[in-house]
Amino acid sequence: MDLSYTAEEQAFRAEVRAFLEAEVPEETRAKLRLGRRLCKDDMVRWQKTLHRRGWGAGMWPKRFGGGGWSVVQQYIFEEESAAASAPPQIPFGLRMVAPVIMTFGNAAQQQRFLPRIIAGEDWWCQGYSEPGSGSDLASLRMSALRQGDHYLVNGQKTWNTLGQYADWIFCLVRTSNEGRPQQGISFLLIDMKTPGVSVRPIITLDGEHEINDIFFESVPVPVANLVGEENQGWTYAKFLLNYERTNNAGVGHCKRALTQLKMIATAQSINGRPLMEDARFRDRIAQVELELMALEITNLRVLSAFAREDRPPGPEVSALKVKGSEIVQQLAELKMRALGHDALPYLREALEPDWVPNPLLATHYPGWASSLSGQYFNLRKATIYAGSTEIQKNVICKMILGL
Amino acid sequence: MDFRYTEEQLALQETLRRFIARDYDFERRRALTRSGSGFSADAWAQYAELGLLALPLPEDYGGLGGNGVDVMVVMEQVGRGLLLEPYLSTVVLCGGIIAACGSRDLKQQLLPAIVAGKLQIALAAYEAAGRYDLSHLASSAVQDKEGWRLTGRKSVVLDAPSADFFLVSARPRGSAADLEGLALFLVPRETAGLTLHPYATQSGGRAADLQLSDVHVEAAAVIGSGAEALDLLERGVDAAAAALCAEAAGIVSALNEATLGYLKTRKQFGVPIGVFQALQHRMADMYIAEEQIRSMAIIAATHAEDEDALARRRAISGAKAYIGQAARFVGQQAVQLHGAMGMVDDLIVSHYFKRLTMIDMTLGDTDFHLARFSDAGRGQYDAA
Repeated sequence: MDLSYTAEEQAFRAEVRAFLEAEVPEETRAKLRLGRRLCKDDMVRWQKTLHRRGWGAGMWPKRFGGGGWSVVQQYIFEEESAAASAPPQIPFGLRMVAPVIMTFGNAAQQQRFLPRIIAGEDWWCQGYSEPGSGSDLASLRMSALRQGDHYLVNGQKTWNTLGQYADWIFCLVRTSNEGRPQQGISFLLIDMKTPGVSVRPIITLDGEHEINDIFFESVPVPVANLVGEENQGWTYAKFLLNYERTNNAGVGHCKRALTQLKMIATAQSINGRPLMEDARFRDRIAQVELELMALEITNLRVLSAFAREDRPPGPEVSALKVKGSEIVQQLAELKMRALGHDALPYLREALEPDWVPNPLLATHYPGWASSLSGQYFNLRKATIYAGSTEIQKNVICKMILGL
Repeated sequence: MDFRYTEEQLALQETLRRFIARDYDFERRRALTRSGSGFSADAWAQYAELGLLALPLPEDYGGLGGNGVDVMVVMEQVGRGLLLEPYLSTVVLCGGIIAACGSRDLKQQLLPAIVAGKLQIALAAYEAAGRYDLSHLASSAVQDKEGWRLTGRKSVVLDAPSADFFLVSARPRGSAADLEGLALFLVPRETAGLTLHPYATQSGGRAADLQLSDVHVEAAAVIGSGAEALDLLERGVDAAAAALCAEAAGIVSALNEATLGYLKTRKQFGVPIGVFQALQHRMADMYIAEEQIRSMAIIAATHAEDEDALARRRAISGAKAYIGQAARFVGQQAVQLHGAMGMVDDLIVSHYFKRLTMIDMTLGDTDFHLARFSDAGRGQYDAA
């Protein structure tokens, strides 16, 4: 039992830090620090930069062009990236569909898709939920009818994140109505440019366009785009969800948010003293900080065990997802609440990179304040997406506790 | 980073498990709580034989030079078995303070005897209405030609009735809250002017209030004074708090096992009650809490001897504050999910619950450690 970093890990951290220092574009860094909107190009450009350094997919095995990083290296990279205000890597290709293609896809699919993901050439998105199928995902109805060397796909996906930018979508589709609902599901890769695919924005409570409905009307999809076997998609879907839930914890990002929270609470004052010294608020911060301290170790313990036993992430990640999403929400809530009265303005124009507050507003309203309410509203999603907290608890009960 | 126990630690864990299964079942423990001393002298002799008493003490004095993680291995099993012997007081807390003090003579006098199982020591540091403040001290120490004369009262000295010596804090100078005006003295049990008023504690152990009336000790009995004494006390209490975190982690895992077993076997409405989602989700919360508690106990154990005082305070107070709350949650819910069975003295569940309650309130409760955790992190964010 040893929580210290080895000399190699410390050297790796220094290397990552120096790289981020040199390579994160100042414009992007400023946007992230001030909570302004990132555009597609900010994220794609960053993926290409990482790829040039050979770090496009540190977590992937080397045989697929990845870095073959250890759990601790991945963690160091994530922590340093968050601390340096580097853009997040888009997870849908790298962390979600890629492990499925590596594990269940054929060689042709691996050669076709994986290099474009790592190079930032394809933007992927996820087609899981449907209007009638949320927590009960296996009841999904979007159909794929086999016609020769094509499937004809009809139906609707919803709560799709950033599909407006996507080149490809991975979908769960129904290829059979025989047996249990789980038995007739297949995993299909669909080119978003195919005729019959349309994207309709859904505006969320923070006023932003992050998620979409996606409609499929008689969309032809080559059978070559079926991953694994027909009607075995539920297995792949669950496999993917475990990868998705692993990443949800986002400890590095939470540490950065905690630092920001403390900065805000130091700058704000109450009764003539920094809010940070107010016992009531300080305790609120301490409570979430302790949850995060514990989660950091729980996260590393769980992921190290998978690596040591050479198995993909299992149901234990549900605990990480429950805790991680709660912490993300609590931090966002405290950051907003630290502003007090100044949290009330809702200036959506202030999320644009070039926004400057009017002189009177600027006397009490810092540049980063405009994003905090929106982030709070937006992050209510964290305990809902990727399987709600209640679904995670069902998973824990069934798969771990045997209830 | 490595989150595994070593081969030696796993072997130690297995030895303790076998010892508890063979010699320390629940009925035996209950009998001990009703006995005069409140623990088993035979078990203490076995701890000596197994090397548990030597484990964290320095090799120069017969110890094994073990670290906080070694102590964690022991304390987890102390938790699971609800062991009553004064391991924490004698070995971790007082043994640790003595091992860190400057006097070779005192170490030579005391440590080998602790290792051999021939000596028990209790810490007499807290006083009435001072809660967990080690510097809240009215007991006085007056120097004379032959040594010191101590007068005052000490509250709830854990494991006092069986102790051969006490480590007593008293104040040679300064006002009642002066941080550094204190000194730490070694006081033999059989000293004129020292009176014990013993009683039982929540979890079936023993403690006493101490009355010191002009108690005379030699000059050589000073373990430390001023800033050094406070530092010794703080280190000792930190190491012991880390050990309590591990004990709580052991209890929580045993309680979750018991509760899960109950959910699967207890039938109501014709089905095992574990099929009901309200109970399932509570159990899932308890499982998550157990994982987080274990992580915090690891953080505490790996910082138990940290020379960086701020880092040590943050780690150990953070863990103690977190575990105080999370273990209270698990304890209360274990009782709740056992229904009326959770209320009975015949079932180990209520005993685990009481021990967890006591752990939270020993050597600083959640509120105390939450404040100390925040204080230790102060000033980090002034740059904004």
